[in-house]
Amino acid sequence: MRIGELAKLLDADCIQDRYENREVTSGYTSDLLSDVMANARVSSVLITIQAHRNTVAVATLTEIGAIVVCNNRPVPDDMVDAAREEGIALFRTGRNQFVTSGVLFDALGEVRDAVSS
Amino acid sequence: MRPLPINTDESPSFVLELIYRLKIRNVMTTKLVTAGRGDSLRWVQKLMKENTITGVPVVDGVRLLGLLSVDDIIRALDAGYIDEPAEKWMSRNLIVLEDDMPLSFGISYMEKYRFGRFPVLNRGNELVGIVTSRDIIVALLLEINNEMERLEREVLPRPESAGGRTRREFSTRRYDFENAGRASSEIKRLLKEQGVEPGIVRRVAVAAYELEMNQVVHSVGGRITFTSDAEAAEVVAVDPGPGIEDVDSAMREGFSTATEWIRSLGFGAGMGLPNARRVSDEFSIESEPGTGTSVRSVVYLRNRS
Repeated sequence: MRIGELAKLLDADCIQDRYENREVTSGYTSDLLSDVMANARVSSVLITIQAHRNTVAVATLTEIGAIVVCNNRPVPDDMVDAAREEGIALFRTGRNQFVTSGVLFDALGEVRDAVSS
Repeated sequence: MRPLPINTDESPSFVLELIYRLKIRNVMTTKLVTAGRGDSLRWVQKLMKENTITGVPVVDGVRLLGLLSVDDIIRALDAGYIDEPAEKWMSRNLIVLEDDMPLSFGISYMEKYRFGRFPVLNRGNELVGIVTSRDIIVALLLEINNEMERLEREVLPRPESAGGRTRREFSTRRYDFENAGRASSEIKRLLKEQGVEPGIVRRVAVAAYELEMNQVVHSVGGRITFTSDAEAAEVVAVDPGPGIEDVDSAMREGFSTATEWIRSLGFGAGMGLPNARRVSDEFSIESEPGTGTSVRSVVYLRNRS
């Protein structure tokens, strides 16, 4: 699956659409940025309510191509700007993290081989 | 009105130099809107409205006779003499500035006399301009901007690459979450340019980001030094305080002294130092309350089998 297919699948709005339409192989759900850095795999989608530009910084460092902000949490402009600068796709959905993760998991399945460090 | 926040004894030397170097003529408005002595106050009010200004000098040629402010106009409207001539109601006891005075005079006049504007005369007692607090602010901002640009050019040199070695220094500031992550992004970019394998770049970037964030969250601010060559990338984070009470606990996953606010930003989960150590091939930390913290993380850039 590619990033471009996420909006429809996750019932989300794409609020930053300048991104490279990369392959998505996994997802990670967390609001703790250190946890994301420690455990998220590359080519993941990050599912979170942590709508802050630091989330973009962490996604950039860990090669996460797309962030989904759940519960329609407000997304600050500087987060959108940062995401645009880094070419990271930004989505927002009214669904919560549980439902969003479940839908994505159904679509992708579990990735067992550890691509991350 | 609050006092002007420029302390002429203890301000940074650049600011002091600035307010003495700049002359009133450098900050004043020279496009003057003036009235003649016989013009009615109603006319002066029209001038103010059309030019969105709050004060109009009354002149005879280049000679300054007086000044009319919005207050004078309001009073005239209230008391019903708005059609009388400017000369009759203008302020005559004027405090003026001279165009070759340093800006510091203008600033202290603003403070001392609490007027919104000062007419400016030249040596020949001719009216050459007018200065408002806005003019002063604009001039100072422009100068400070120029100076900051100059400093940035000086402070941010190109990476020193000598003999395949790259070295960069970054500084962090307490609670400056807006700029946090700059160092790690830059380090990541440098390593990518160097052609390092993505998985290894990521490990260095994670270590750098955690150490950078630790300084932003916990220290008074510090310095991140990055060096790399073909063999290894080293990130050294040094801050002057406050230091860690119990380093062993700080290295334990889940241990955190972060506040609720820090946690709400997604940090302070007690994973920072353990994360940095986990991704490092060499890791050391030294800390003492009062003297600060020094952390060193090394990641080998060649796959060793």
